[in-house]
Amino acid sequence: MISNNGTSGSAAPTAAPLGANGHAHRFEEVESVTIRFAGDSGDGMQLAGTQFTNTSALAGNDVATFPDFPAEIRAPAGTLAGVSGFQVHFAATDIHTPGDDLDALVAMNPAALKTNLRDLKPGGILILNTDGFESSDLKKAAYKTNPLDDGSLKGYKIIRVPVTKLTREAVKECGLTPREQDRCKNFFALGLVYWMYERSLETTLRWVREKFKKPEQLPTMEANTKSLKAGYNYGETVEVMPVQYKVGKAKIAPGTYRKITGNEAIVLGLVAATQLANKPLIYASYPITPASSVLEGLAELRRYGVKTFQAEDEIAAVGVAIGASYGGAVGVTGTSGPGVCLKSEGIGLAVMTELPLIIVDVQRGGPSTGLPTKTEQADLLQAMFGRNGECPVAILAAQTPSDCFDIAFEAVRIATRFMCPVFLLSDGYIANGSEPWKIPVIADLPRLEVKNATQPNSDGWTGTGHESGAEGEGGGAGKFLPYRRDELLARPWAIPGTPGLEHRIGGIEKQDVTGNVNYEPANHEHMVKTRAQKIENIALTIPDLAIHGDADANLLVIGWGGTYGSITTAVERTRRRGLKVAQAHLRHLNPMPKNTGDVLKKFKKILVPELNSGQLSWLLRAKYLAPAEGLNKIQGRPFLVSEIEAAIEKALA
Amino acid sequence: MAASSPLPTLTTKDLTTDQDVRWCPGCGDYSILAQMKKALGTLGVPREKIAFVSGIGCSSRFPYYMNTYGFHTIHGRAPTFATGLRLANPDLQVWVVTGDGDGLSIGGNHLVHALRRNVDIKVLLFNNEIYGLTKGQYSPASRIGTPSKTSPGGSFETPVRPLSLALAAEATFVARTIDVDPQHLVAILQKAAAHKGSAFVEIYQNCKIFNDGVFEYATEKSVKSDNVLYLEHGKPMVFGKDRNRGIRLNGLKPEVVTIGKDCQLDDLLTHDEVAEEPTLAYLLSRFAHDDSPTAVNPFPEPVGVFRTVRKPTYEEQLNSRVAEAITKKGKGKIEDLFKAEDVWTVE
Ligand code: SF4
Repeated sequence: MISNNGTSGSAAPTAAPLGANGHAHRFEEVESVTIRFAGDSGDGMQLAGTQFTNTSALAGNDVATFPDFPAEIRAPAGTLAGVSGFQVHFAATDIHTPGDDLDALVAMNPAALKTNLRDLKPGGILILNTDGFESSDLKKAAYKTNPLDDGSLKGYKIIRVPVTKLTREAVKECGLTPREQDRCKNFFALGLVYWMYERSLETTLRWVREKFKKPEQLPTMEANTKSLKAGYNYGETVEVMPVQYKVGKAKIAPGTYRKITGNEAIVLGLVAATQLANKPLIYASYPITPASSVLEGLAELRRYGVKTFQAEDEIAAVGVAIGASYGGAVGVTGTSGPGVCLKSEGIGLAVMTELPLIIVDVQRGGPSTGLPTKTEQADLLQAMFGRNGECPVAILAAQTPSDCFDIAFEAVRIATRFMCPVFLLSDGYIANGSEPWKIPVIADLPRLEVKNATQPNSDGWTGTGHESGAEGEGGGAGKFLPYRRDELLARPWAIPGTPGLEHRIGGIEKQDVTGNVNYEPANHEHMVKTRAQKIENIALTIPDLAIHGDADANLLVIGWGGTYGSITTAVERTRRRGLKVAQAHLRHLNPMPKNTGDVLKKFKKILVPELNSGQLSWLLRAKYLAPAEGLNKIQGRPFLVSEIEAAIEKALA
Repeated sequence: MAASSPLPTLTTKDLTTDQDVRWCPGCGDYSILAQMKKALGTLGVPREKIAFVSGIGCSSRFPYYMNTYGFHTIHGRAPTFATGLRLANPDLQVWVVTGDGDGLSIGGNHLVHALRRNVDIKVLLFNNEIYGLTKGQYSPASRIGTPSKTSPGGSFETPVRPLSLALAAEATFVARTIDVDPQHLVAILQKAAAHKGSAFVEIYQNCKIFNDGVFEYATEKSVKSDNVLYLEHGKPMVFGKDRNRGIRLNGLKPEVVTIGKDCQLDDLLTHDEVAEEPTLAYLLSRFAHDDSPTAVNPFPEPVGVFRTVRKPTYEEQLNSRVAEAITKKGKGKIEDLFKAEDVWTVE
């Protein structure tokens, strides 16, 4: 954004209206701004960031956010471990990421300054709560000297604001305790930032009125209103900066929009897909970061007929989901990597019995407990192979927060059409990150036709059920054959309660068609291959892998999942600089689109950016003998666009 | 089902599949299977409305032999699948068949939580105090001293008391019966079926191959009436060949007394299976056979219904929450759901 370092957008000073005190302000029009609110985890930074995002989205900007919070719910106040941040990228253009480096940083205390300063651009705006820089605060953040006056912040535009004192002053008549008064600090800072970017306070004021509408909350409502306005007025009165920045409306396709996070989109996608398919949704889960908000979100939706079940453990959660699918509902379980470990045996049973099941895996840094609140893409091979025996499942990955909606639809489609488990891979980055989502028109959404068996299906089948050593029932007219398959090898879904279709299923190897227990060698091989072929057949029903950018380039950048935004931006930027680059992004990881091998063959060089040590690279090499080269980052943080740009440049050098 | 149509009765044949039954000859499971078919035949529930869900172990083969819906799942987890099935399909009568290894060891957690939630499932725990399918290792229910392949010289772990565990887990129906007592078994299965909520039934089941005779004291004609107390609601607790022994409470301690000698019939404990508090049931669940030569007035082991109380089931509560939400705010439409957050329109 900012004109004096000229890194993004063009700066065009515009006419200067008069401020409240009669001074003239200068406005600068900028294309995009990245700002981060950082403070102690008790300082309400997530809320300030969310409010700023909502306001910007409603003002017509494109937005992308990245919340970053500590693993500890309440690390000791003021410490480096307790810093919580919320980054917002808002723009007058189409953007795909929350931004690499910051145009502005709000730091409520020294710990927040220390952990976030490295991301601030040279010459960037630094808003500091000077009241938070007492010697004890400095000590907790391991500062030897006070950065406010040791000259270490020379390269930035510093705005010193005694936020704590000013907030207390602003709310002193609301009848709050000093502690409660201090909890309004975030809104003071937010008000100031609203002034800097010439934003309306209305969205946040409305939120405050709605949130604290009970009579006994009146003081809190007043205090938050006052502190927000005080922050805004402070900016205007004191003229903390000579300029205000304006970010115009983005050119966005017409439609009605809302802001959405990845986990919210999963909730909406699952509910919409199952409602349109006329199937009940049962979501069974055990709380785990960063997937819990899916369970919480669905638990609120009882009037949409949604049933949620908080299980005693991860194993029970998958069991309940499978039992629900057996009973005719769409059974879904959600978790993160450690939970997937525990669910593996259950998933194997769903593969073996051929029942629909969706496993939402919101990936986080691993192995083991790993980095619970940080993002990673390291469960791909776990989803692919993490079970005993040969146990193929469908695997999908969402690429953006709003894509979680579409991918949830696709998961319901595949699970019910093919009678199989489907992994829906998301990650901490897109689960908590948000962007505008164009609300779909219901009539345009796919209507999934889910068929359940109602009649015996043995007509025309000439087997006996006793061949190849099967234990049990034979053919004959009027029988139900639970493993008699359709043209795509899917078996019928017969719901208990349906007269005449009584049958038994289980985890023991079974004879094809009849489902009778069967240990015969040739049958086992046939069944292993049939289950695998059924999953392969999914590829017959999915779109081809599309190439974006320069189809005649030497270099293809191919990724999967939440790296989409960073890769897309990097490809756009390098192409704008004249480099020839092609891009493809996989949403179906198993099976991959039919043309994947052909796409890969077109390019001399293949770059695979992943937030792991090279799991997609490994698959592409193994499956297609493709010369995939990884760009790998395993730091619990998403890619910076610049990191991918550099790798593209290097590959083409 | 319309009130006027006759209740279906099912014959044993109706309920039999043509899968070969593969238990060892003489296994107690055969009797349980036969009595189950008898019990179901009289309940008036059509075949398609019944489902059997099992885990892993000898007992867990059960669903393959019942011509109803059936799901043979994974080790220890049957209550979870059964719970999901009930959530999706509250019209079904769902039975869980498990064993002492499946239900008390690997699946102990799920058993506790299914009972605590009062999910409307009927859990039958075939207790043979040994691992049969894996060929003879001691189980968490094996009594101290049980010799097995993995407990040379006899096991020394304190065994689980299945009924005490079920009661501690707030089970609303708790009973015990014996594989070779067909009438009692059928009656208990029928009561379990009629119960609304989680039912837990421990069935003493003889493993002919690996733990033969472990319940002989309770099944052998000559001794069983001295060793077994048949519980009857509202009746004094009397047992013994001569029906002259009973249970009396001495302070908080139960004791075995002789009627006419130590006390009168009126002084005996009266069974109350519907007591709100499970204290009495718990006390009874602690009675364990003691055949040591030094045992003085050893306790008989109670069979019958220990506890049966009606509490809202998990499904009833969940479904009423769903109904409540719909009454309050109307049935949810996806359009509204999409717009639950602030929206803005781009022209
Ligand atoms: S091993 Fe024991 S429990 Fe298992 S089938 Fe044989 S006799 Fe029955």
